Amino acid sequence: MKEYTYTEKKDTRSGFGVGLLELGRTNPNVVALCADLIGSLKMDAFKKEFPERFYQVGIAEANMMGLAAGMTIGGKIPFTGTFANFSTGRVYDQIRQSIAYSGKNVKICASHAGLTLGEDGATHQILEDVGMMKMLPHMTVINPCDFNQTKAATIAIAEYEGPVYLRFGRPAVPNFTPADQKFEIGKAVMLNEGTDVTILATGHLVWKAIEAGHKLAEKGINAEVINIHTIKPLDDEAILKSVGKTKCVVTAEEHQLNGGLGDSVAQLLGRQLPAPLEMVGVNDSFGESGTPDQLMEKYGLSTENIVAAAERAISRK
Amino acid sequence: MNPHNKSIDELKQIAAQVRRDIVRMVHAVNSGHPGGSLGCTDYFVSLYFSVMNYKPQPFNMDGEGEDLFFLSNGHISPVWYSVLARAGFFEVAELATFRKINSRLQGHPATEEGLPGIRVASGSLGQGLSVAVGAAQTKKLNKDNNLVYVLMGDGELGEGQVWEAAMYAAHNKVDNLIATVDRNYQQIDGGTEEVLALGDLRHKFEAFGWHVLEADGNNFETLLPALEDAKKATGNGKPVMILMNTEMGFGVDFMMGSHKWHGVAPNDEQLEIALQQLAVQQASDY
Repeated sequence: MKEYTYTEKKDTRSGFGVGLLELGRTNPNVVALCADLIGSLKMDAFKKEFPERFYQVGIAEANMMGLAAGMTIGGKIPFTGTFANFSTGRVYDQIRQSIAYSGKNVKICASHAGLTLGEDGATHQILEDVGMMKMLPHMTVINPCDFNQTKAATIAIAEYEGPVYLRFGRPAVPNFTPADQKFEIGKAVMLNEGTDVTILATGHLVWKAIEAGHKLAEKGINAEVINIHTIKPLDDEAILKSVGKTKCVVTAEEHQLNGGLGDSVAQLLGRQLPAPLEMVGVNDSFGESGTPDQLMEKYGLSTENIVAAAERAISRK
Repeated sequence: MNPHNKSIDELKQIAAQVRRDIVRMVHAVNSGHPGGSLGCTDYFVSLYFSVMNYKPQPFNMDGEGEDLFFLSNGHISPVWYSVLARAGFFEVAELATFRKINSRLQGHPATEEGLPGIRVASGSLGQGLSVAVGAAQTKKLNKDNNLVYVLMGDGELGEGQVWEAAMYAAHNKVDNLIATVDRNYQQIDGGTEEVLALGDLRHKFEAFGWHVLEADGNNFETLLPALEDAKKATGNGKPVMILMNTEMGFGVDFMMGSHKWHGVAPNDEQLEIALQQLAVQQASDY
């Protein structure tokens, strides 16, 4: 079993900010828009270095999505920045018509997703965003797991032609993936090979899945841990290959069970490879105020929850 | 340079032909929106046959070096489709596929099927001004001095996004943009002032920081000079708004003066009456 280590915790949103700045330097077509959350989205550096390619939109997210769609006409690659809640639910129709159906090359970059937003509470803790975005035809949905991967994903999506939803978060989390990684959209990353159970994790739950793998090993269970950073298109091949070997699976995500990664995996396995499936996520509930750790614990998104789910999945084989 | 550059007399003939297309298209599928289409026909014909600088073929999505047009109130697609076809973007015969299965001429305009001339989907109201402002800002970044045009319905101004975009365009001095509101005072459920009063639009847009003009949208003799005035008003630090008075259903007497023909197609008998009223010297119906 591979040991993953990290020297510091960093927030994934800062990975986005650093990636965006690098894009500014390497791709003159990249432009950025923000709806009054420059500091929160870590877009300050891009704004400072490329003021002519930065658009402060104000608290008007619907307009921001329309502007971004229009800016693609003439070859620009717009990156919009606001909280995940205001990047999706608030502007679903604008994204649907002006961006997704119109096939526009807009990158919707969404921070503060999920429960780990913390104290601001349920109004801001969107847990439905992946579901909304993955339902849209043409949309690619990406949820990287740490600072380095978020930076790499930010850079990679500029090279891809088409609308992308890039989801990241607020708290500092272990930064363990390689700084020089190449990010391949739609390509799952094998973290630890195993034979007894497949754990498919996305976003902030990837580190917890690695931890769960170690705890399971202490119990004599050999878990295979895979980072599903791209929820759409799903890496069907990697998932089927793994579940074909382990015969059972756990999904783990900071999202509603309805509409999330687990839901996509259930569809895939139901059609092609029925196998016991356990899902770690938020079960049809809104969040609340609290620290990120308290919330992840209360809503069943802890390392222990993944361990328990793996044991249940194995028992159902 | 406009690729057609027609005289007023020629524009009138084209407009009559376009109106014939509109009533025939909606009649053929017993659905669609003739009222606003007929009201805005002279505006579309003016843009595409006299005012705008563009290349119909090969159609270029990025439109660099061209003026761009966006239709925000996508339900008046019949007039746009007819004008695009008559201007050479695609074959006039394709108008017969309007709203039918496997057509590029969707009920509301879309890019998915690849119909030349269309750059974004519209139909869900209130989004077109934002898109046009974004495209205008890209033109500025690209140092492309051509203009961006957008048409909105007046009822559409009930959508809050329009006012977000209006604030933004003025704040950012997007002065390579000519927006037009089709001020026909009608929307689906009745008069605009009864449904949700728009009030004094000139003062509203002026208060938002726009340069505002008014025009009669059903009279080429005054509409063309108004469009020229709008062009002259660009480049002065303010977005330009034309409040264009039109009559819904213009050109077909029984469709005028009411909101009832907003989204209703004529029957066989009504079509014949409409076509008699829309006589042209040399009809070239598809």
